[in-house]
Amino acid sequence: MEFGLSAEQILLQDQVSRFLKEQVPLESVRKVAEGKETDKGVWSNLANLGIPGILIKEKHGGLGLTLLDAAVVAENLGYNVTPSPFLSTAVIAPIVLQLANKREDVLSAISAGEKRVGIAFSQAIQPQHESGIQLDGAIIEGRLLFAIDSDADYYLVADEQKAIYIVDVTSGGLEVSPLATVEKTRSTAELSFSRVKAEKISDDREVFHQAWNAALVVMAADTLGASQSALDQAVTYAGQREQFNRVIASFQAVKHMCAEMAAHLEPCRAMVWYSAHAFDEIPAEATMMACHTKAHLSEVGQFVTRTATEVHGGMGFTDLVGLHYWFKRAGFNRQMLGSPELLRKRAATSQNLCA
Amino acid sequence: MDLSTGSEYEDFRKEVKQFISQHGEKSPRPGHGSRKEALVWQKLLIDNGYAARTIPKEYGGFGAPPDIIRSRIIAEEFSNKQISNGLGGQGISMLVPVLLEMGSESQKKQFIEQTIKGEIVWCQGYSEPGAGSDLASLTTRAVLDGDEWVINGQKIWTSTAHLADWIFCLVRTEPDKPKHQGISFLLFRMDSPGIEVRPLVDMTGDANFNEVFFTDVRVPKDQIVGERGQGWQVANALLGHERSSLAPPDATQSRLNGVIKMMKQKNFSGERAIDNPVLLDRLMKIQGRVLAMKCNDMRILSARINTNQDARLASMIVKLQGTELRHELEALAIDVMGELGLAYGNNPYIQDMGSWQYQYMYFLGLIIGGGTSQIQKNIISERGLGMPKEPKLEKKG
Repeated sequence: MEFGLSAEQILLQDQVSRFLKEQVPLESVRKVAEGKETDKGVWSNLANLGIPGILIKEKHGGLGLTLLDAAVVAENLGYNVTPSPFLSTAVIAPIVLQLANKREDVLSAISAGEKRVGIAFSQAIQPQHESGIQLDGAIIEGRLLFAIDSDADYYLVADEQKAIYIVDVTSGGLEVSPLATVEKTRSTAELSFSRVKAEKISDDREVFHQAWNAALVVMAADTLGASQSALDQAVTYAGQREQFNRVIASFQAVKHMCAEMAAHLEPCRAMVWYSAHAFDEIPAEATMMACHTKAHLSEVGQFVTRTATEVHGGMGFTDLVGLHYWFKRAGFNRQMLGSPELLRKRAATSQNLCA
Repeated sequence: MDLSTGSEYEDFRKEVKQFISQHGEKSPRPGHGSRKEALVWQKLLIDNGYAARTIPKEYGGFGAPPDIIRSRIIAEEFSNKQISNGLGGQGISMLVPVLLEMGSESQKKQFIEQTIKGEIVWCQGYSEPGAGSDLASLTTRAVLDGDEWVINGQKIWTSTAHLADWIFCLVRTEPDKPKHQGISFLLFRMDSPGIEVRPLVDMTGDANFNEVFFTDVRVPKDQIVGERGQGWQVANALLGHERSSLAPPDATQSRLNGVIKMMKQKNFSGERAIDNPVLLDRLMKIQGRVLAMKCNDMRILSARINTNQDARLASMIVKLQGTELRHELEALAIDVMGELGLAYGNNPYIQDMGSWQYQYMYFLGLIIGGGTSQIQKNIISERGLGMPKEPKLEKKG
């Protein structure tokens, strides 16, 4: 029995972590967040490490690894608040296209880092006010909000019945307008469809649910990393900042805040590992674990990122220190693709505890 | 990630299951059954290697090599079938491991076999009225007079003192040395002249603890574990062991199953609590936290088997998180019952023998006992996160 990361996964973690620390420091993150640069440079560098194709089979140019490997990468992306379309392009799209056995050309282009695929699942998860799409065969009419990635080449669109379609952004009648959110390291968009020709990828609900489960685990891993970084920064700052002639890390009030963060966060690591493993190997538990893990990490992430901000005092509130990037990263992960309450209800449904 | 244990262990699990199906009905039921029944059951368990498993044969144990997975399988199977896994108590869980590590040969021979067979019941004399979180400031004195220690002082929070045959006790023997270096670890009989035990009734209505008073209690000089002044090291080895065993996730899971079962039943007004979205959300929130602690527990277990893994921080947080979580879980069950949840003691409408109220209060006790949540946070921040200790105040006067 060995519960934990394999030697290869630890190697992957070290490699991605070293790359992000050196190549995508906070100054680079700021440039993307402030709109001075796009995340395309980061993504093509990550493509050199094979990251876009992490879940794509080797015959389509990918690495053919497991969701636990993807979670390891996501944790590092969260830790470094890295701007990238990892969740949509490297996780959700490959799972959908491979389960449905469709669009090998897109899979190969993702592996090569040449194309990115945005995700518009909000209608299938929780229909938004005054939005929604209607289908006439494979012709889409309507509007979808908060699609992940405003710079995509394709979008995977799910309708209320959880059927999934792919549209090319160059298709006539499709308008992609970026939607500003509190989180600037990952973009969202409003998609307006005016009789847009789409291609049906799947009408199997299972495909949608599996892709959703994988996304939940990966978002939880991203929050795990973001929260771990916020805690590490708080401990470091408290060890340097002096008031009343001593470092504030020696005050019990500050120490206990940090201890509480660690106490809530440390079990989350094992929970993310187990959920990823359940997705790969224990299908009977996969939905319940994915929902609980993202919901629980959302609560813990909210607590940790706000408490870490508080440990920094006034500086934590400034843009100068930039801790807000981690706060907002966890905040984004909390709402996207299902808020904690929605996911806990789905966890209950998956155990037949409610309808 | 490899959660399989291999065919060798699956065979072992079959053996355990077979033992349980063959002998399980002899298991004493919790709260019922005589002491004699419990001792007979304990002997059967030791003879088959399901209790005192790794204790050497020469000290009355089964003498198997340590194997965490086998121990885990035994615990799981006994807990699944709600079969008693033998005697517990501080003698077996805390003193025996310490004697094995630090006791003299004659102490091992004298105490271990009788303790694991339940023939000697122990209590633990650590906390004092003036030495709670700051345990090392304890002031119960032991002075050497010829071949005997003469003990004076008072202990508190001493569970099972009213039932115990012996006590393992921390006393100050070197009053001139710094506080951590002046403590010794003594063993003595509870029927020694000069010992008075007063039960301490707690908020549950039970006397789970006692106060113990010592007036010129005389103890043979050689009834000391380790050297004079080494008692703190001996005690610390034990405390680590105590903390992690206070809130095991499997027990929490089994209580959670109880809440779920209750919520699926119709209450007096014909509704099911599980159909109330607020209560369902509270239940699911707690289930998520229970799952996190279960995963954390797997990680800790794995790190004990695979020495290249590090789960120190994961272990350090278990007492704090586990007791707080359990307290909240019991509270949810009471809220689910509403007014009915108040029933306690002799009430014809009582549910589950009042165990939800009892455990709700008992776990508040455990949040405080065995190192308070605040002390746990000191440990986590200092040993886990490397933060500095509070500067010491200079002594008054």
